[in-house]
Amino acid sequence: MKITDEFKNGKFVVTAEVGPPKGIHLEETVEEAKKYLSGLTAVNITDCQSSVMRLGSLATCKVLKDAGLNPIYQLTCRDRNRIALQSDLLSAAMFGIDNVLALTGDYTTLGDNPQAKPVFDLDSVSLLHTMGVLEGGHDLAGNELVGEAPSFCKGAVVSPCSDSVDAQLAKMERKVAAGAQFFQTQAVFDSEKYIKFYEEAKKFGVPIQLGIIIPKNAGMVKFLNANIAGISVPQAMIDELAADKEKAKAGITGVEICARIIKECRPYCQGVHIMSMGWESKIPGLLEQAGIK
Amino acid sequence: MLITQLKDKEKLTSLLKGKVFIINCHGCKEVYFPEEDAKAFESELEKAGKVTGVITTDYICNLENLKARLEVHKKEIEAADAVLVFSCGVGVQTVAEYLENKRVYAACDTLHLPGSQGVTPLEFECGHCGECYLNMTGGICPIVACSKGLVNGQCGGAKNGKCEVCPDMECGWERITKRLQKLGKMENYKNPTQLRDYSTFLETKECKES
Ligand code: SF4
Ligand code: SF4
Repeated sequence: MKITDEFKNGKFVVTAEVGPPKGIHLEETVEEAKKYLSGLTAVNITDCQSSVMRLGSLATCKVLKDAGLNPIYQLTCRDRNRIALQSDLLSAAMFGIDNVLALTGDYTTLGDNPQAKPVFDLDSVSLLHTMGVLEGGHDLAGNELVGEAPSFCKGAVVSPCSDSVDAQLAKMERKVAAGAQFFQTQAVFDSEKYIKFYEEAKKFGVPIQLGIIIPKNAGMVKFLNANIAGISVPQAMIDELAADKEKAKAGITGVEICARIIKECRPYCQGVHIMSMGWESKIPGLLEQAGIK
Repeated sequence: MLITQLKDKEKLTSLLKGKVFIINCHGCKEVYFPEEDAKAFESELEKAGKVTGVITTDYICNLENLKARLEVHKKEIEAADAVLVFSCGVGVQTVAEYLENKRVYAACDTLHLPGSQGVTPLEFECGHCGECYLNMTGGICPIVACSKGLVNGQCGGAKNGKCEVCPDMECGWERITKRLQKLGKMENYKNPTQLRDYSTFLETKECKES
């Protein structure tokens, strides 16, 4: 099911994320997803996130779809040229997987196979454009597709709290022009920064899902602050997590923080995307505290 | 080795709204300069009364040399709305960096040719991509200045203006964005989606044709 239909219905769209394992068994992943994520609009399946080699995103999407979930196929341009990307998009459409999140992808050297050849034949913008071309019944070189053309719900990402926010907004506009129909953001910890970004981004008229990471402890957010692009955690929040270690460890502080961010930003977004990083079990409680459903 | 080829005339004309100052580089001999095509196009511009001045020189990729050559043409450059450079990508980037408040446009595409390159001392690099993007990027080469060679804007990996691949390196698209803001050319982001054409590598082209 295309998640754009839900936006159109005025629903506050909640999605989460599943990272495929580094191996060939999905049973546990499927169980966890069914238990905690089946009530959500859709679930992103990451594509060798952070350039770490794992089980494929498309295969995992298919298995989760068969298990009754609604997958969003994350597709990066890091490992495949345009022949492979177009082919994988057709494969996804054949499986009835119609939500695709187009990403450029992290650089190869950041992952666990740093010797790999970086591809980047296309990028997030040209990948969105490619989906539109396929929908028109052609491939990128203009060759005709046989039979029914695929149809995608085309998603993209943006970094609202990036220190390069002008460059991010400019790129967002390019993504919209290339066909992006919804956006998920990098994790937001600073509502004020996000709202400022939204004031600019709303003119594009495309639904935006607020990105959320449930912080586990002060060390984790300090790490995010120092190393992850587009994330800025205010000092007060770091102190809050450090104040009561047991409470943070139990996930109570993290959930409180996220519920607060969601409430503050709710008038300025059309949904939330939760990157739970192993804390899928906290999602139902978080949604309740945030007053969603 | 590399070779330069005149860009599509219509595309160039659409960039050149006002008056131009022209720089021809006849520098290193391993660059095949499209002399005839360039001359024809330049005389068209001159006839239209669009040219404030022309210099034909060598090694504009050498900044000190470039500065000395441009010094005597200051007024003509000031009178122009843009500077049009007929050279390889390195030359254009050198001019764009030096005249950073001026719109500097590449008149040529730079293609790769088998064989080694000359030993010109370079501050800038050109990846010989075959379809020069400098006119969209304010004269900063996205192929070389961005680790992923992206042609549609910044990835999500820049932090504090630095590239995700190498924290010592400035993010090329951060530089491009700042340059475009300075030049009042942020509308360049509204150009259609760009797809690189890897078939322009000359070896492959020659193979295809034979
Ligand atoms: S965009 Fe860069 S690599 Fe391509 S021709 Fe211009 S300077 Fe050279
Ligand atoms: S951080 Fe900047 S320079 Fe590095 S790959 Fe991304 S856009 Fe290119």
